[in-house]
Amino acid sequence: MTWVYSERFWLSLRAAICLGVILFLISPMVIVVIISFSSAPFLTFPPPGLSLQWYRKLSSSSVWLDAIATSATIMLPSALIATAAGTAAAVGLARGRIPGAALIASLIMAPMIVPVIITAAGMLGVFRSWGLQGTRLGLIFAHTTLAIPYVVFTVLAAMRLVDDQLESAALTLGATRWRAFWRVTFPLILPAMLSGMLFAMVISFDELVVSIFLSSPTVRPVTVQMWSDVRGDVDPTIAAIGALLLAFSVGALGLETVLNRQRARPVVAAAAEGTLPQGVAP
Amino acid sequence: MTQGLLHLNEVSKAFGTIIAVDRICFSLAEGEFLSLLGPSGSGKTTTLQMIAGLTHPTSGEIRLAGRPIGPLPPYKRDIGMVFQNYALFPHLTVARNIAFPLEMRHMRRAEILRRVEAVLRLVDLSGYGDRYPRQLSGGQQQRVALARAIVFEPKLLLMDEPLGALDKKLREQMQLEIKHLHKRLGVSIIYVTHDQDEALVMSNRIGVFNRGRLEQIGTVEQLYEQPMTRFVAEFVGESNMVSGAVREAANGRCTLETADGPLRGRARQAFTIGSAALISVRPERVRLEPEAGAAGDRDQIQGHICEVIYMGRLRKYVIDTAGGQKLVVARQAAGVEAKPFSVGDAVVATFAADDAVVLEDTR
Repeated sequence: MTWVYSERFWLSLRAAICLGVILFLISPMVIVVIISFSSAPFLTFPPPGLSLQWYRKLSSSSVWLDAIATSATIMLPSALIATAAGTAAAVGLARGRIPGAALIASLIMAPMIVPVIITAAGMLGVFRSWGLQGTRLGLIFAHTTLAIPYVVFTVLAAMRLVDDQLESAALTLGATRWRAFWRVTFPLILPAMLSGMLFAMVISFDELVVSIFLSSPTVRPVTVQMWSDVRGDVDPTIAAIGALLLAFSVGALGLETVLNRQRARPVVAAAAEGTLPQGVAP
Repeated sequence: MTQGLLHLNEVSKAFGTIIAVDRICFSLAEGEFLSLLGPSGSGKTTTLQMIAGLTHPTSGEIRLAGRPIGPLPPYKRDIGMVFQNYALFPHLTVARNIAFPLEMRHMRRAEILRRVEAVLRLVDLSGYGDRYPRQLSGGQQQRVALARAIVFEPKLLLMDEPLGALDKKLREQMQLEIKHLHKRLGVSIIYVTHDQDEALVMSNRIGVFNRGRLEQIGTVEQLYEQPMTRFVAEFVGESNMVSGAVREAANGRCTLETADGPLRGRARQAFTIGSAALISVRPERVRLEPEAGAAGDRDQIQGHICEVIYMGRLRKYVIDTAGGQKLVVARQAAGVEAKPFSVGDAVVATFAADDAVVLEDTR
């Protein structure tokens, strides 16, 4: 049983397990993408042939085009609001001496931890009494709430890496607080803000649970449309829209990775010079 | 040094119940180089930040060129500041970093370029304008920080342990450069450091901080020859302290009754007879003799050598006195010593009353 001691054996076993996990995670997505190019009129795998008919159907279906438009018009404003509000919160939490900052931070983070269905049910109750249920505005607010923690999280991490003496230096050099922020802090946290905004966009575009609770027949985002389609008669159109959603998310996260790498650069430089403040994990 | 540029009057700063700075008073003359020296946490950096306007005094008044600057925000004070870790803007090039204070003052573009170029030449960094701070060495970053702080020609320059992050050799070189720059520009500088050698090399005057108090401010010579407190005597240079009770005090002289007999020293304060006091003598002002004899007017302490430390240009002897005190004596080893003392030798340490200072026994 000498093979037990062979490093080669254990390395191959590790590779096999990793490959299995990756296949398990990725295959549903790959299958969806493949089915979206199917020539068969129903969901079957492997597809008997290839065609673009479902993308064609998608592009001519007013239901789906409406749903995509709805999703987009919810996603963009909610991502922008979440980025602005989340950045403001992160800057305040990182710099301001606010009593109960820890409590405020955990409240902001709450939507990440509280089960979405509970958030959704709560919003349904409140939005109904405010007349926001079933409106675009309601969905924008709801998605903003869900996305803010992600923005706060990324921007807060960036703020911790920005030496607060930089702003002090700007003040002594003649900048007002406002200008010091825009000229010094803002450019340094901008990549993190964009990262956060991309997260916010993905979260809004992919969100289903809260959207089911708050949507109406006239305001129906893509995910909700998919949900109701899956329960009725299913054709590969849903796979086509799924593939588009996937492409959007992968694109956004890819962009985020690129931004992240750029943001990491000054951090690496600081670490190399040993000037990184204690207790900061890049 | 013609007239006072900066005056601090009874300036205090409390953080909650902790008093970081306690009723500081001092003035700074125009063109003066003042070091604030003290251990970390003694209030010197807080004092600097109050002058810069980054924190506000709890009480007291700061006047710059005769005007109280309490209500002025930092960006209206026109005071240059160099931070401990340089605080260069990482996303801006060297030239843009230096241009920053000029842009804030809405200077014309051509004028900005001219001044940036000139100051880069001054700090010996011509041609580095397009680099980013992270592409420079520590010493170069330090020069950029310096250039940025002087480019708008402030009357007062504050420096907060600016050389703390540099190695010894570079630090000594930068000390001289800053000193030369000070001479050339005629700017007043307040320089915070915990390194007494640095303060000695650079300053016209030194203010010694301890626990939020300014213990003494004066020229290097005054601090060394006339320390006012035990802390100053021990922090600036080395000092032997022998405690005792005041037996006689008259005409600026004071005699203490100590475990090693009566010892005399200069006294600047008035002492009440019988009160506890210290006598402070610098190690190099003590002479060692092999045996008691005609030491003239010098006070004598009996003891024996318990340690010899050879330090190249001098030898340090640690003496156990008959009265149970420890005494450090430094002897120049410039010439060949005929017969250096060795451990266990019985010796007599002597010093002149003029070389000893009597201090209050605080602590």
